[in-house]
Amino acid sequence: MSTVLEKGAERDELARVDEPLALGGRSFRSRLIAGTGKYRDSETMVAALRAAGAEIVTVAVRRVDLDASKEESLLHHLDPEEFFLLPNTAGCYTAEDAVRYARLGREAGLHDWVKLEVIGDEETLYPDVEEMLEAARTLVDEGFTVLAYTNDDLVTALKLQDAGVAAVMPLASPIGSGLGLPDPVGIRILKRRLDVPVIVDAGVGTASDACLTMEQGVDGILMNTALAAAEDPVAMAAAMRRAVEAGRLAYLAGRMPRREWAVPSSPSAGRLA
Amino acid sequence: MSTGSIRIEVNGQTREVSGGSSVADLLEQLELDRRTVVVELNRRIVRRDDLDGAELEAGDRVELVRFVGGG
Repeated sequence: MSTVLEKGAERDELARVDEPLALGGRSFRSRLIAGTGKYRDSETMVAALRAAGAEIVTVAVRRVDLDASKEESLLHHLDPEEFFLLPNTAGCYTAEDAVRYARLGREAGLHDWVKLEVIGDEETLYPDVEEMLEAARTLVDEGFTVLAYTNDDLVTALKLQDAGVAAVMPLASPIGSGLGLPDPVGIRILKRRLDVPVIVDAGVGTASDACLTMEQGVDGILMNTALAAAEDPVAMAAAMRRAVEAGRLAYLAGRMPRREWAVPSSPSAGRLA
Repeated sequence: MSTGSIRIEVNGQTREVSGGSSVADLLEQLELDRRTVVVELNRRIVRRDDLDGAELEAGDRVELVRFVGGG
């Protein structure tokens, strides 16, 4: 059986209307960035990352467990030739801590990119924008390519852009919540006003969330729990890949206007008397 | 070259290493791969090329970190 999908026509369509994601002076095919946390095992993680078509994957920096008999390195499973590893500063509550983690991440990796996260509240994991701005300025000064996790506050996003970040990453809803995108308008406002890429980070729960998010015109989505906590992470990753592409295509295609009355799709002329 | 052992703190735990040990010796003793572990010595990162030359002193605080899964 030969389907359209098998012939690759749909992917060609995406290539026709879309451009690669330009981020920090690099170019990426995939608009789906995936986290590597919370997978039940490394094999599932790698299979899911591949099914998602992710090129950029985030990693965290943590102490080596000296009591573990023989720890397996994450790098054993993630080939930097295959995936662009983006260290995060998850778990940091101050600018000083975030800068420290960013420097460690740079040393552990192969480049000077960092996903900057400075948390201000334990229950919601909402960002501390004051500390984050301070950390962003320091890291940009030190030559880092900073992708900043933030809320959907436009003024903070503009300050981050002025600080020189490579991307602003507003949350759709709280990290790990799977609540989707409750406020598409807020995200659209950010996208309309910012020149740097907007990548929605956190909150996406299932494929329709990802599709709706991409339909707002944002440049990409970062997701972790939606994949790792699915019953079948690999299948969900495949769904997310399609959802991100579908949402992107739908955005670029330009949706029909909404109206609150019906308009027939079939001609009214030529009906039988 | 000093002899005997000295006490240092590694990832919050007190450990003894022989006097004159380098950071590279510590990694070897802990069976850690220097290509995947990053070392912070008294809050300053020790570059990979400098691990052999970085000598440990009593009371040093060492942090050994590496990449783990994260979002």
